[in-house]
Amino acid sequence: MALIAFLIIAGIAVGSALGLLLRRNPIHGALFLVANLGSIAALYLMMGYEFLAFAQVIVYAGAIMVLFLFAIFVLIPGKEETGPDPRRAWRLLAAPLGIILLVELALVVVARSAAPVPPPSPMGFPASMAVLFTDYLLPFELTSVLLLAAMIGVLLLARRRA
Amino acid sequence: MIPDTYYLALSAVLFTLGIVGVVIRRNPLVIFMSIELALNAANLALVAFGQRSGTPQGQMLVLFVMAVAAAEVAVGLAIIVAIFRVRHRLSIDDLSLMRW
Repeated sequence: MALIAFLIIAGIAVGSALGLLLRRNPIHGALFLVANLGSIAALYLMMGYEFLAFAQVIVYAGAIMVLFLFAIFVLIPGKEETGPDPRRAWRLLAAPLGIILLVELALVVVARSAAPVPPPSPMGFPASMAVLFTDYLLPFELTSVLLLAAMIGVLLLARRRA
Repeated sequence: MIPDTYYLALSAVLFTLGIVGVVIRRNPLVIFMSIELALNAANLALVAFGQRSGTPQGQMLVLFVMAVAAAEVAVGLAIIVAIFRVRHRLSIDDLSLMRW
């Protein structure tokens, strides 16, 4: 039962990723990416990481994709990729190189899966959040500094020169 | 219970698709979205490894990756908008100023 659900969600994830790659319209690509992020959130939920699933939906599918859609609407692209591609031969190299990369990753996955699996201890939401605010307190605070720096940087970049 | 090898395999496929998207697309916004796809595949692999080891490290890493990705998207989109403001075109092939 869980396997069937996994296969359906994985199919949605791969299909929406292909949609992002193959559709010319960047708005369609953004909506495909939302579907992909949502399916990964569903996978987190299946694994029992509820907080990650909700953070994925709120941060990625919500905040980040809204930012992308705003940028797409502001820039109004869409006709840039319709003309003939001046570097078509080079871009076609992506297919064999992508297959090589996939084979390499698959080899790593197969090699790692041979290792014996220790019994996983249940790590629920309260316990993991306790770790976040004890062992990982310094990275947590540094993240706020990083976000502040990003905010100031974006304000500087977006400022209209007089 | 799904074995974590399946999650890792799905993560490998999504990561490859993201990297291929970076190479084959010409619109910088779509390239940026492909990078997000690859980042998410890496997140999935981190969660799968965290599930295997039974420790919260994978979960914590994914949380910090999300925060860094939010900052990265904000700055990256601002840079793309700034480039568009100067160039009035949006093709990655025009941006060869800083290439050797």
